[in-house]
Amino acid sequence: MATRSLDAARIERANLWWRIGSLAPAIIVLAVLSIWPVFNLAYLSLADVKWLSGSAVVEFVGLRNFHELFTGESVYWAGVRNTIVFAVCAVTLQMIFGFTMALAVRRASKIGRSVLTAVFLLPIVIPPVVIGAMWRLLLGRDFGIVNSLLAFFGLPMVDWLGDPRSALMSVIIVDVWHWTPFVFLLTLAGLESLDQEVFEAAKLDVKNSWQELRYVTIPLMMPTILITLAFRMILSFKVFDEIFLLTGGGPGTATEVISFSINRVFFAQDRVGMGSAMSLVTILGVAVLIVLANTVVSRRRKQRVSA
Amino acid sequence: MSAMRSLGGIGGNLIAWGYALIILGPMVWILSNSFKRQIDILMGTTIAPFTLINYQQIINSRQSQFLWNLWNSAVVSVISTLLVLVIATVAAFTVARLQPPRWVTFILLGWALVFHMLPTLTFVGSWYVMFTQAGLHGTYTALILAQVVHGLPMALFLMIGFVMNIPNELVQAARLDGCTYAQVFRHLILPLSLGGMAAAGALAFISAWSDFAIALNLSNKETMTAPVAIATFAQEHQILYGQMAAASMLSMIPALAFIMFGQRFVVRGLLAGAVK
Repeated sequence: MATRSLDAARIERANLWWRIGSLAPAIIVLAVLSIWPVFNLAYLSLADVKWLSGSAVVEFVGLRNFHELFTGESVYWAGVRNTIVFAVCAVTLQMIFGFTMALAVRRASKIGRSVLTAVFLLPIVIPPVVIGAMWRLLLGRDFGIVNSLLAFFGLPMVDWLGDPRSALMSVIIVDVWHWTPFVFLLTLAGLESLDQEVFEAAKLDVKNSWQELRYVTIPLMMPTILITLAFRMILSFKVFDEIFLLTGGGPGTATEVISFSINRVFFAQDRVGMGSAMSLVTILGVAVLIVLANTVVSRRRKQRVSA
Repeated sequence: MSAMRSLGGIGGNLIAWGYALIILGPMVWILSNSFKRQIDILMGTTIAPFTLINYQQIINSRQSQFLWNLWNSAVVSVISTLLVLVIATVAAFTVARLQPPRWVTFILLGWALVFHMLPTLTFVGSWYVMFTQAGLHGTYTALILAQVVHGLPMALFLMIGFVMNIPNELVQAARLDGCTYAQVFRHLILPLSLGGMAAAGALAFISAWSDFAIALNLSNKETMTAPVAIATFAQEHQILYGQMAAASMLSMIPALAFIMFGQRFVVRGLLAGAVK
Protein backbone atom coordinates (compact mmCIF):
# COMPACT_ATOMS: atom_id res chain seq x y z
CA MET A 1 0.00 0.00 0.00
CA ALA A 2 2.77 2.38 0.97
CA THR A 3 4.83 1.54 -2.12
CA ARG A 4 1.75 2.01 -4.24
CA SER A 5 1.15 5.58 -3.03
CA LEU A 6 4.87 6.23 -3.38
CA ASP A 7 4.61 5.03 -6.98
CA ALA A 8 1.60 7.24 -7.52
CA ALA A 9 3.48 10.25 -6.19
CA ARG A 10 6.43 9.48 -8.48
CA ILE A 11 4.13 9.17 -11.48
CA GLU A 12 2.44 12.44 -10.54
CA ARG A 13 5.79 14.21 -10.45
CA ALA A 14 6.92 12.69 -13.75
CA ASN A 15 3.62 13.76 -15.29
CA LEU A 16 3.95 17.32 -14.08
CA TRP A 17 7.39 17.49 -15.63
CA TRP A 18 6.08 16.04 -18.87
CA ARG A 19 3.32 18.63 -19.06
CA ILE A 20 5.76 21.48 -18.54
CA GLY A 21 8.52 20.00 -20.64
CA SER A 22 6.34 19.18 -23.61
CA LEU A 23 4.95 22.69 -23.96
CA ALA A 24 8.15 24.52 -23.08
CA PRO A 25 9.96 24.17 -26.44
CA ALA A 26 6.99 25.46 -28.44
CA ILE A 27 6.43 28.33 -26.02
CA ILE A 28 10.11 29.28 -25.90
CA VAL A 29 10.49 29.21 -29.69
CA LEU A 30 7.39 31.35 -30.21
CA ALA A 31 8.25 33.74 -27.38
CA VAL A 32 11.87 34.34 -28.37
CA LEU A 33 11.45 34.33 -32.15
CA SER A 34 7.99 35.77 -32.68
CA ILE A 35 6.80 37.71 -29.62
CA TRP A 36 10.12 39.27 -28.70
CA PRO A 37 10.67 40.47 -32.31
CA VAL A 38 7.44 42.48 -32.10
CA PHE A 39 8.73 44.32 -29.02
CA ASN A 40 12.07 44.66 -30.73
CA LEU A 41 10.32 46.26 -33.73
CA ALA A 42 8.44 48.64 -31.45
CA TYR A 43 11.74 49.71 -29.88
CA LEU A 44 13.60 50.04 -33.19
CA SER A 45 10.72 51.96 -34.78
CA LEU A 46 11.39 54.81 -32.36
CA ALA A 47 15.03 54.95 -33.32
CA ASP A 48 17.49 55.67 -36.06
CA VAL A 49 19.86 52.72 -36.44
CA LYS A 50 23.31 52.81 -37.97
CA TRP A 51 25.51 49.76 -38.40
CA LEU A 52 29.08 50.15 -37.24
CA SER A 53 31.11 46.98 -37.92
CA GLY A 54 28.33 44.54 -37.09
CA SER A 55 26.96 46.26 -34.01
CA ALA A 56 23.96 48.56 -34.07
CA VAL A 57 24.22 52.16 -32.98
CA VAL A 58 20.74 53.19 -31.88
CA GLU A 59 19.72 56.83 -31.72
CA PHE A 60 16.34 57.56 -30.21
CA VAL A 61 14.18 59.79 -32.43
CA GLY A 62 10.70 59.50 -30.92
CA LEU A 63 7.80 59.19 -33.33
CA ARG A 64 9.66 60.70 -36.29
CA ASN A 65 9.57 57.44 -38.28
CA PHE A 66 5.82 57.14 -37.88
CA HIS A 67 5.31 60.77 -38.80
CA GLU A 68 7.39 60.26 -41.94
CA LEU A 69 5.60 56.99 -42.75
CA PHE A 70 2.16 58.58 -42.61
CA THR A 71 3.12 61.76 -44.44
CA GLY A 72 6.03 60.91 -46.73
CA GLU A 73 6.34 57.24 -47.66
CA SER A 74 3.87 57.17 -50.55
CA VAL A 75 5.52 54.00 -51.88
CA TYR A 76 4.38 52.03 -48.84
CA TRP A 77 0.79 53.22 -49.25
CA ALA A 78 0.87 52.37 -52.95
CA GLY A 79 1.98 48.93 -51.77
CA VAL A 80 -0.93 48.69 -49.33
CA ARG A 81 -3.35 49.58 -52.11
CA ASN A 82 -1.79 47.10 -54.55
CA THR A 83 -1.72 44.32 -51.96
CA ILE A 84 -5.44 44.76 -51.29
CA VAL A 85 -6.30 44.91 -55.02
CA PHE A 86 -4.08 41.89 -55.67
CA ALA A 87 -5.49 39.82 -52.80
CA VAL A 88 -9.15 40.60 -53.49
CA CYS A 89 -8.98 40.09 -57.27
CA ALA A 90 -6.73 37.03 -57.27
CA VAL A 91 -8.54 35.23 -54.47
CA THR A 92 -12.01 35.97 -55.87
CA LEU A 93 -11.05 34.58 -59.27
CA GLN A 94 -9.38 31.53 -57.71
CA MET A 95 -12.43 30.78 -55.58
CA ILE A 96 -14.81 31.07 -58.55
CA PHE A 97 -12.66 29.04 -60.97
CA GLY A 98 -11.63 26.43 -58.41
CA PHE A 99 -15.11 25.83 -57.01
CA THR A 100 -16.76 25.78 -60.44
CA MET A 101 -14.21 23.26 -61.63
CA ALA A 102 -14.74 21.12 -58.52
CA LEU A 103 -18.52 21.15 -59.17
CA ALA A 104 -17.92 20.09 -62.77
CA VAL A 105 -15.55 17.30 -61.83
CA ARG A 106 -17.56 15.97 -58.88
CA ARG A 107 -19.71 13.75 -61.05
CA ALA A 108 -16.97 12.91 -63.52
CA SER A 109 -15.58 9.39 -63.52
CA LYS A 110 -12.63 8.75 -61.29
CA ILE A 111 -10.40 7.51 -64.10
CA GLY A 112 -6.94 8.95 -63.82
CA ARG A 113 -7.82 10.78 -60.62
CA SER A 114 -4.40 10.26 -59.05
CA VAL A 115 -2.62 11.54 -62.16
CA LEU A 116 -4.91 14.57 -62.12
CA THR A 117 -4.24 15.16 -58.42
CA ALA A 118 -0.50 14.92 -59.08
CA VAL A 119 -0.68 17.55 -61.81
CA PHE A 120 -2.83 19.86 -59.68
CA LEU A 121 -0.41 19.50 -56.75
CA LEU A 122 2.52 20.57 -58.90
CA PRO A 123 2.10 24.36 -58.70
CA ILE A 124 1.33 24.12 -54.97
CA VAL A 125 4.50 22.28 -53.99
CA ILE A 126 7.19 23.77 -56.21
CA PRO A 127 8.98 26.86 -54.87
CA PRO A 128 7.16 30.12 -55.72
CA VAL A 129 10.46 31.54 -56.92
CA VAL A 130 10.42 28.91 -59.66
CA ILE A 131 6.89 29.95 -60.64
CA GLY A 132 8.09 33.55 -60.84
CA ALA A 133 11.13 32.62 -62.96
CA MET A 134 8.96 30.49 -65.20
CA TRP A 135 6.35 33.14 -65.90
CA ARG A 136 8.98 35.75 -66.41
CA LEU A 137 10.19 33.63 -69.32
CA LEU A 138 6.65 33.00 -70.58
CA LEU A 139 5.55 36.63 -70.40
CA GLY A 140 8.75 38.20 -71.74
CA ARG A 141 8.04 41.01 -74.18
CA ASP A 142 10.22 40.07 -77.12
CA PHE A 143 10.53 36.32 -76.96
CA GLY A 144 8.03 35.07 -74.37
CA ILE A 145 5.85 32.29 -75.69
CA VAL A 146 2.64 34.13 -74.76
CA ASN A 147 3.50 36.96 -77.12
CA SER A 148 4.61 34.47 -79.78
CA LEU A 149 1.18 32.88 -79.55
CA LEU A 150 -0.51 36.29 -79.81
CA ALA A 151 1.59 37.11 -82.86
CA PHE A 152 0.72 33.74 -84.38
CA PHE A 153 -2.97 34.65 -84.19
CA GLY A 154 -2.26 38.08 -85.59
CA LEU A 155 -2.89 39.90 -82.31
CA PRO A 156 -0.73 42.79 -81.07
CA MET A 157 2.04 41.99 -78.61
CA VAL A 158 1.64 43.10 -75.01
CA ASP A 159 4.42 44.15 -72.67
CA TRP A 160 2.82 42.12 -69.87
CA LEU A 161 5.27 42.90 -67.10
CA GLY A 162 6.86 46.11 -68.34
CA ASP A 163 3.75 48.22 -68.89
CA PRO A 164 2.41 49.89 -65.72
CA ARG A 165 -1.15 49.42 -66.93
CA SER A 166 -0.91 45.65 -67.35
CA ALA A 167 1.77 44.67 -64.79
CA LEU A 168 -0.51 44.21 -61.78
CA MET A 169 -3.04 42.34 -63.90
CA SER A 170 -0.30 40.01 -65.19
CA VAL A 171 0.83 39.30 -61.65
CA ILE A 172 -2.77 38.52 -60.68
CA ILE A 173 -3.13 36.16 -63.67
CA VAL A 174 0.00 34.29 -62.62
CA ASP A 175 -1.31 33.99 -59.06
CA VAL A 176 -4.66 32.69 -60.31
CA TRP A 177 -2.82 30.07 -62.39
CA HIS A 178 -0.71 29.22 -59.35
CA TRP A 179 -3.43 28.80 -56.71
CA THR A 180 -6.66 27.79 -58.48
CA PRO A 181 -5.60 24.12 -58.18
CA PHE A 182 -5.39 24.56 -54.40
CA VAL A 183 -8.98 25.83 -54.21
CA PHE A 184 -10.02 23.06 -56.58
CA LEU A 185 -8.47 20.26 -54.50
CA LEU A 186 -9.88 21.58 -51.21
CA THR A 187 -13.40 22.23 -52.45
CA LEU A 188 -13.51 18.94 -54.37
CA ALA A 189 -12.58 17.04 -51.20
CA GLY A 190 -15.26 19.04 -49.38
CA LEU A 191 -17.88 18.18 -52.00
CA GLU A 192 -17.00 14.51 -51.93
CA SER A 193 -17.26 14.36 -48.14
CA LEU A 194 -20.84 15.72 -48.20
CA ASP A 195 -23.60 13.28 -47.29
CA GLN A 196 -25.22 12.08 -50.54
CA GLU A 197 -28.50 11.35 -48.76
CA VAL A 198 -29.11 15.06 -48.29
CA PHE A 199 -29.03 15.51 -52.06
CA GLU A 200 -31.38 12.56 -52.57
CA ALA A 201 -33.81 14.02 -50.02
CA ALA A 202 -33.58 17.50 -51.53
CA LYS A 203 -34.39 16.21 -55.01
CA LEU A 204 -38.09 16.38 -54.16
CA ASP A 205 -37.88 20.07 -53.33
CA VAL A 206 -35.46 21.60 -55.80
CA LYS A 207 -36.60 22.30 -59.34
CA ASN A 208 -33.26 22.46 -61.13
CA SER A 209 -29.57 22.17 -60.56
CA TRP A 210 -29.24 25.92 -59.97
CA GLN A 211 -31.62 25.67 -57.01
CA GLU A 212 -29.75 22.63 -55.75
CA LEU A 213 -26.52 24.60 -55.89
CA ARG A 214 -28.01 27.69 -54.27
CA TYR A 215 -30.02 26.08 -51.48
CA VAL A 216 -28.25 22.77 -50.79
CA THR A 217 -24.66 22.59 -52.03
CA ILE A 218 -23.40 26.06 -51.14
CA PRO A 219 -24.88 26.17 -47.60
CA LEU A 220 -23.43 22.73 -46.87
CA MET A 221 -20.07 23.76 -48.32
CA MET A 222 -19.90 27.05 -46.40
CA PRO A 223 -17.36 25.84 -43.79
CA THR A 224 -14.99 24.52 -46.48
CA ILE A 225 -15.45 27.63 -48.62
CA LEU A 226 -14.74 29.98 -45.69
CA ILE A 227 -11.63 28.10 -44.61
CA THR A 228 -10.27 27.91 -48.14
CA LEU A 229 -10.97 31.62 -48.53
CA ALA A 230 -9.17 32.38 -45.26
CA PHE A 231 -6.12 30.28 -46.27
CA ARG A 232 -5.90 32.04 -49.61
CA MET A 233 -6.41 35.56 -48.21
CA ILE A 234 -3.67 35.06 -45.64
CA LEU A 235 -1.21 33.78 -48.22
CA SER A 236 -1.95 36.51 -50.75
CA PHE A 237 -1.32 39.21 -48.17
CA LYS A 238 2.12 37.66 -47.71
CA VAL A 239 2.88 37.69 -51.45
CA PHE A 240 6.52 38.40 -52.16
CA ASP A 241 8.48 35.70 -53.95
CA GLU A 242 6.72 35.63 -57.32
CA ILE A 243 6.56 39.40 -57.58
CA PHE A 244 10.25 39.68 -56.69
CA LEU A 245 11.05 37.55 -59.74
CA LEU A 246 8.33 38.80 -62.09
CA THR A 247 8.51 42.58 -61.81
CA GLY A 248 10.59 43.52 -58.78
CA GLY A 249 7.70 45.77 -57.72
CA GLY A 250 7.92 47.82 -60.90
CA PRO A 251 7.46 49.41 -63.29
CA GLY A 252 7.36 52.39 -60.97
CA THR A 253 5.11 51.31 -58.13
CA ALA A 254 2.69 49.38 -60.37
CA THR A 255 3.22 46.07 -58.56
CA GLU A 256 4.69 47.32 -55.30
CA VAL A 257 3.32 45.26 -52.39
CA ILE A 258 3.68 45.66 -48.62
CA SER A 259 6.31 42.93 -48.17
CA PHE A 260 8.31 44.57 -50.91
CA SER A 261 8.39 48.02 -49.33
CA ILE A 262 9.47 46.53 -46.01
CA ASN A 263 12.18 44.47 -47.66
CA ARG A 264 13.54 47.43 -49.61
CA VAL A 265 13.53 49.91 -46.76
CA PHE A 266 15.01 47.45 -44.28
CA PHE A 267 17.66 45.82 -46.41
CA ALA A 268 18.36 47.75 -49.61
CA GLN A 269 18.15 51.21 -48.04
CA ASP A 270 19.34 50.15 -44.58
CA ARG A 271 16.69 52.27 -42.84
CA VAL A 272 16.05 49.92 -39.94
CA GLY A 273 13.95 52.43 -37.98
CA MET A 274 11.58 53.12 -40.86
CA GLY A 275 11.43 49.42 -41.78
CA SER A 276 10.46 48.61 -38.20
CA ALA A 277 7.76 51.29 -38.22
CA MET A 278 6.37 49.84 -41.46
CA SER A 279 6.45 46.29 -40.09
CA LEU A 280 4.70 47.38 -36.90
CA VAL A 281 1.97 49.29 -38.76
CA THR A 282 1.48 46.25 -41.02
CA ILE A 283 1.26 43.87 -38.05
CA LEU A 284 -1.32 46.10 -36.35
CA GLY A 285 -3.29 46.51 -39.57
CA VAL A 286 -3.43 42.77 -40.24
CA ALA A 287 -4.31 42.11 -36.59
CA VAL A 288 -7.27 44.51 -36.87
CA LEU A 289 -8.36 42.73 -40.07
CA ILE A 290 -8.15 39.34 -38.32
CA VAL A 291 -10.26 40.56 -35.39
CA LEU A 292 -12.83 42.11 -37.75
CA ALA A 293 -13.09 38.95 -39.88
CA ASN A 294 -13.42 36.87 -36.73
CA THR A 295 -16.21 39.06 -35.35
CA VAL A 296 -18.15 38.95 -38.62
CA VAL A 297 -17.86 35.16 -38.90
CA SER A 298 -18.80 34.47 -35.27
CA ARG A 299 -21.74 36.93 -35.42
CA ARG A 300 -23.04 35.18 -38.53
CA ARG A 301 -22.69 31.84 -36.79
CA LYS A 302 -24.66 33.12 -33.80
CA GLN A 303 -27.41 34.40 -36.10
CA ARG A 304 -27.46 31.02 -37.80
CA VAL A 305 -27.84 29.25 -34.46
CA SER A 306 -30.56 31.56 -33.14
CA ALA A 307 -32.49 31.53 -36.44
CA MET B 1 -31.47 12.17 -66.72
CA SER B 2 -28.65 9.67 -66.58
CA ALA B 3 -27.63 10.68 -70.09
CA MET B 4 -27.43 14.28 -68.85
CA ARG B 5 -25.38 13.13 -65.90
CA SER B 6 -22.86 11.25 -68.00
CA LEU B 7 -22.67 14.20 -70.41
CA GLY B 8 -21.97 16.42 -67.42
CA GLY B 9 -19.37 13.91 -66.34
CA ILE B 10 -17.59 14.08 -69.66
CA GLY B 11 -17.72 17.87 -69.56
CA GLY B 12 -16.25 17.87 -66.07
CA ASN B 13 -13.45 15.61 -67.16
CA LEU B 14 -12.70 17.81 -70.16
CA ILE B 15 -12.50 20.92 -67.99
CA ALA B 16 -10.22 19.25 -65.43
CA TRP B 17 -7.87 17.78 -68.02
CA GLY B 18 -7.90 21.07 -69.89
CA TYR B 19 -6.72 22.86 -66.77
CA ALA B 20 -4.13 20.13 -66.22
CA LEU B 21 -2.73 21.00 -69.66
CA ILE B 22 -2.62 24.69 -68.70
CA ILE B 23 -0.56 23.70 -65.66
CA LEU B 24 1.73 21.33 -67.54
CA GLY B 25 2.26 23.49 -70.64
CA PRO B 26 4.46 26.15 -69.00
CA MET B 27 6.39 23.49 -67.08
CA VAL B 28 7.20 21.55 -70.21
CA TRP B 29 8.21 24.75 -71.96
CA ILE B 30 10.63 25.65 -69.17
CA LEU B 31 11.98 22.12 -69.16
CA SER B 32 12.70 22.40 -72.87
CA ASN B 33 14.28 25.84 -72.34
CA SER B 34 16.68 24.41 -69.82
CA PHE B 35 18.12 22.27 -72.64
CA LYS B 36 18.49 25.18 -75.07
CA ARG B 37 21.32 27.61 -75.65
CA GLN B 38 20.69 31.22 -74.60
CA ILE B 39 20.66 32.30 -78.25
CA ASP B 40 17.91 29.80 -79.14
CA ILE B 41 15.79 30.97 -76.22
CA LEU B 42 16.22 34.60 -77.22
CA MET B 43 15.36 33.80 -80.86
CA GLY B 44 12.30 31.84 -79.76
CA THR B 45 13.39 28.72 -81.62
CA THR B 46 11.01 25.89 -80.80
CA ILE B 47 13.10 23.00 -82.08
CA ALA B 48 16.63 23.84 -81.02
CA PRO B 49 19.76 21.72 -80.74
CA PHE B 50 19.84 19.82 -77.45
CA THR B 51 22.48 20.97 -75.02
CA LEU B 52 23.45 20.33 -71.42
CA ILE B 53 25.47 23.53 -71.24
CA ASN B 54 23.06 25.26 -68.80
CA TYR B 55 23.27 22.44 -66.32
CA GLN B 56 27.04 22.24 -66.67
CA GLN B 57 27.38 25.96 -66.11
CA ILE B 58 25.27 26.19 -62.99
CA ILE B 59 26.90 23.14 -61.46
CA ASN B 60 30.51 23.91 -62.07
CA SER B 61 31.42 27.36 -63.16
CA ARG B 62 33.15 30.03 -61.17
CA GLN B 63 30.12 32.26 -60.72
CA SER B 64 27.67 29.60 -59.69
CA GLN B 65 27.74 26.74 -57.23
CA PHE B 66 24.20 25.58 -57.55
CA LEU B 67 24.87 22.13 -56.08
CA TRP B 68 26.16 23.87 -52.98
CA ASN B 69 22.99 26.01 -52.87
CA LEU B 70 20.87 22.85 -53.11
CA TRP B 71 22.89 21.33 -50.28
CA ASN B 72 22.27 24.43 -48.13
CA SER B 73 18.55 24.19 -48.85
CA ALA B 74 18.59 20.51 -47.91
CA VAL B 75 20.44 21.10 -44.61
CA VAL B 76 18.17 23.94 -43.54
CA SER B 77 14.91 22.24 -44.58
CA VAL B 78 15.69 18.79 -43.18
CA ILE B 79 16.92 19.99 -39.79
CA SER B 80 14.17 22.59 -39.36
CA THR B 81 11.50 20.09 -40.38
CA LEU B 82 12.73 17.54 -37.82
CA LEU B 83 12.82 20.16 -35.07
CA VAL B 84 9.36 21.46 -35.97
CA LEU B 85 7.94 17.92 -35.94
CA VAL B 86 9.37 17.03 -32.52
CA ILE B 87 8.33 20.32 -30.91
CA ALA B 88 4.85 20.27 -32.47
CA THR B 89 4.08 16.62 -31.71
CA VAL B 90 4.92 16.65 -27.99
CA ALA B 91 3.09 19.96 -27.56
CA ALA B 92 0.10 18.69 -29.54
CA PHE B 93 -0.31 15.65 -27.26
CA THR B 94 -0.33 17.84 -24.14
CA VAL B 95 -2.66 20.45 -25.63
CA ALA B 96 -5.08 17.93 -27.08
CA ARG B 97 -5.26 15.36 -24.29
CA LEU B 98 -3.78 16.55 -20.99
CA GLN B 99 -5.82 19.69 -20.30
CA PRO B 100 -3.12 22.26 -19.59
CA PRO B 101 -4.42 25.49 -17.99
CA ARG B 102 -6.92 27.12 -20.35
CA TRP B 103 -5.03 30.39 -20.56
CA VAL B 104 -1.84 28.62 -21.63
CA THR B 105 -3.62 26.89 -24.51
CA PHE B 106 -5.45 30.05 -25.43
CA ILE B 107 -2.34 32.23 -25.59
CA LEU B 108 -0.22 29.55 -27.30
CA LEU B 109 -2.71 28.70 -30.04
CA GLY B 110 -4.07 32.23 -30.36
CA TRP B 111 -0.66 33.76 -30.90
CA ALA B 112 0.42 30.90 -33.18
CA LEU B 113 -2.62 31.62 -35.36
CA VAL B 114 -2.01 35.38 -35.50
CA PHE B 115 1.70 34.89 -36.13
CA HIS B 116 0.91 32.46 -38.94
CA MET B 117 -1.28 35.08 -40.61
CA LEU B 118 1.23 37.94 -40.46
CA PRO B 119 3.45 38.57 -43.49
CA THR B 120 6.81 36.86 -42.96
CA LEU B 121 8.68 39.95 -44.07
CA THR B 122 7.44 41.93 -41.06
CA PHE B 123 9.53 39.62 -38.87
CA VAL B 124 12.58 39.11 -41.07
CA GLY B 125 13.90 42.60 -40.32
CA SER B 126 13.68 42.01 -36.59
CA TRP B 127 15.32 38.59 -36.92
CA TYR B 128 18.08 40.17 -38.97
CA VAL B 129 18.83 42.69 -36.22
CA MET B 130 18.64 40.01 -33.49
CA PHE B 131 20.82 37.49 -35.31
CA THR B 132 23.37 40.11 -36.33
CA GLN B 133 23.70 41.30 -32.75
CA ALA B 134 24.09 37.68 -31.63
CA GLY B 135 26.80 37.17 -34.26
CA LEU B 136 24.68 34.56 -36.04
CA HIS B 137 23.97 36.39 -39.30
CA GLY B 138 24.45 34.18 -42.32
CA THR B 139 24.81 30.96 -40.31
CA TYR B 140 22.81 27.77 -40.69
CA THR B 141 21.66 28.31 -37.08
CA ALA B 142 19.97 31.59 -37.94
CA LEU B 143 18.26 30.14 -41.03
CA ILE B 144 17.12 27.02 -39.20
CA LEU B 145 15.78 28.93 -36.17
CA ALA B 146 13.81 31.28 -38.41
CA GLN B 147 12.47 28.30 -40.40
CA VAL B 148 11.46 26.50 -37.19
CA VAL B 149 9.36 29.37 -35.85
CA HIS B 150 7.95 29.97 -39.33
CA GLY B 151 6.80 26.36 -39.75
CA LEU B 152 5.75 25.69 -36.15
CA PRO B 153 2.17 27.10 -36.10
CA MET B 154 0.99 25.05 -39.09
CA ALA B 155 2.59 21.84 -37.77
CA LEU B 156 1.12 22.50 -34.33
CA PHE B 157 -2.43 22.89 -35.67
CA LEU B 158 -2.10 19.83 -37.91
CA MET B 159 -0.68 17.64 -35.15
CA ILE B 160 -3.35 18.71 -32.64
CA GLY B 161 -5.94 17.67 -35.23
CA PHE B 162 -4.27 14.30 -35.76
CA VAL B 163 -3.83 13.59 -32.03
CA MET B 164 -7.49 14.49 -31.46
CA ASN B 165 -8.35 11.65 -33.85
CA ILE B 166 -6.75 9.11 -31.51
CA PRO B 167 -9.56 7.84 -29.21
CA ASN B 168 -9.25 9.28 -25.72
CA GLU B 169 -10.30 5.90 -24.25
CA LEU B 170 -6.93 4.47 -25.32
CA VAL B 171 -5.09 7.19 -23.42
CA GLN B 172 -7.26 6.69 -20.33
CA ALA B 173 -6.82 2.91 -20.44
CA ALA B 174 -3.05 3.32 -20.56
CA ARG B 175 -3.20 5.76 -17.67
CA LEU B 176 -5.18 3.26 -15.57
CA ASP B 177 -2.48 0.70 -16.23
CA GLY B 178 -0.06 3.04 -14.49
CA CYS B 179 1.70 4.54 -17.50
CA THR B 180 3.20 7.99 -17.13
CA TYR B 181 2.36 10.59 -19.76
CA ALA B 182 5.80 10.11 -21.25
CA GLN B 183 5.13 6.38 -21.64
CA VAL B 184 1.68 7.02 -23.11
CA PHE B 185 3.31 9.33 -25.61
CA ARG B 186 6.07 6.92 -26.57
CA HIS B 187 4.07 3.72 -26.82
CA LEU B 188 0.68 5.01 -27.92
CA ILE B 189 0.57 8.52 -29.37
CA LEU B 190 3.83 8.39 -31.29
CA PRO B 191 3.15 5.15 -33.20
CA LEU B 192 -0.45 6.15 -33.90
CA SER B 193 0.39 9.60 -35.22
CA LEU B 194 3.22 8.62 -37.56
CA GLY B 195 0.96 9.14 -40.59
CA GLY B 196 -0.01 12.56 -39.31
CA MET B 197 3.63 13.42 -38.69
CA ALA B 198 4.45 12.43 -42.26
CA ALA B 199 1.73 14.79 -43.50
CA ALA B 200 2.78 17.69 -41.25
CA GLY B 201 6.44 16.99 -42.04
CA ALA B 202 5.79 17.00 -45.79
CA LEU B 203 4.17 20.43 -45.57
CA ALA B 204 6.87 21.81 -43.26
CA PHE B 205 9.60 20.55 -45.58
CA ILE B 206 7.94 21.95 -48.70
CA SER B 207 7.50 25.33 -47.04
CA ALA B 208 11.09 25.43 -45.78
CA TRP B 209 12.52 24.26 -49.11
CA SER B 210 10.50 26.89 -50.98
CA ASP B 211 11.29 29.74 -48.61
CA PHE B 212 12.67 32.85 -50.21
CA ALA B 213 11.78 35.80 -47.95
CA ILE B 214 13.80 34.51 -44.99
CA ALA B 215 16.83 33.11 -46.79
CA LEU B 216 17.14 36.18 -49.02
CA ASN B 217 17.95 38.34 -46.02
CA LEU B 218 19.42 35.97 -43.43
CA SER B 219 21.82 33.93 -45.58
CA ASN B 220 25.17 34.99 -46.92
CA LYS B 221 27.23 33.80 -49.88
CA GLU B 222 28.19 30.54 -48.17
CA THR B 223 24.75 29.61 -46.86
CA MET B 224 22.73 30.85 -49.85
CA THR B 225 19.81 28.51 -50.57
CA ALA B 226 18.53 27.40 -53.98
CA PRO B 227 15.61 29.85 -54.33
CA VAL B 228 17.88 32.80 -53.55
CA ALA B 229 20.38 31.55 -56.10
CA ILE B 230 17.65 31.32 -58.74
CA ALA B 231 16.71 34.92 -58.04
CA THR B 232 20.31 36.02 -58.57
CA PHE B 233 20.22 34.58 -62.11
CA ALA B 234 17.47 37.12 -62.83
CA GLN B 235 19.50 39.98 -61.39
CA GLU B 236 22.62 39.50 -63.47
CA HIS B 237 23.40 42.23 -65.96
CA GLN B 238 21.99 40.03 -68.68
CA ILE B 239 19.33 37.62 -67.47
CA LEU B 240 20.61 34.07 -67.83
CA TYR B 241 17.38 32.46 -68.98
CA GLY B 242 18.76 29.02 -69.73
CA GLN B 243 20.54 28.76 -66.40
CA MET B 244 17.52 30.10 -64.58
CA ALA B 245 15.39 27.40 -66.21
CA ALA B 246 17.91 24.66 -65.42
CA ALA B 247 18.22 25.76 -61.79
CA SER B 248 14.43 25.90 -61.50
CA MET B 249 14.20 22.33 -62.77
CA LEU B 250 16.77 21.05 -60.27
CA SER B 251 15.07 22.81 -57.35
CA MET B 252 11.77 21.16 -58.27
CA ILE B 253 13.16 17.66 -57.68
CA PRO B 254 12.06 17.31 -54.02
CA ALA B 255 8.56 18.53 -54.91
CA LEU B 256 8.35 15.98 -57.71
CA ALA B 257 9.61 13.25 -55.36
CA PHE B 258 6.90 14.18 -52.86
CA ILE B 259 4.22 14.01 -55.53
CA MET B 260 5.41 10.63 -56.78
CA PHE B 261 6.14 8.87 -53.50
CA GLY B 262 4.26 10.79 -50.82
CA GLN B 263 1.23 12.18 -52.59
CA ARG B 264 -1.24 11.01 -50.00
CA PHE B 265 0.69 12.66 -47.18
CA VAL B 266 0.83 15.99 -48.99
CA VAL B 267 -2.88 15.79 -49.81
CA ARG B 268 -3.70 14.77 -46.25
CA GLY B 269 -1.72 17.70 -44.88
CA LEU B 270 -3.36 20.16 -47.26
CA LEU B 271 -6.86 18.88 -46.59
CA ALA B 272 -6.56 18.32 -42.83
CA GLY B 273 -7.25 21.94 -41.98
CA ALA B 274 -9.98 22.48 -44.52
CA VAL B 275 -12.15 19.40 -44.45
CA LYS B 276 -13.38 17.85 -41.28
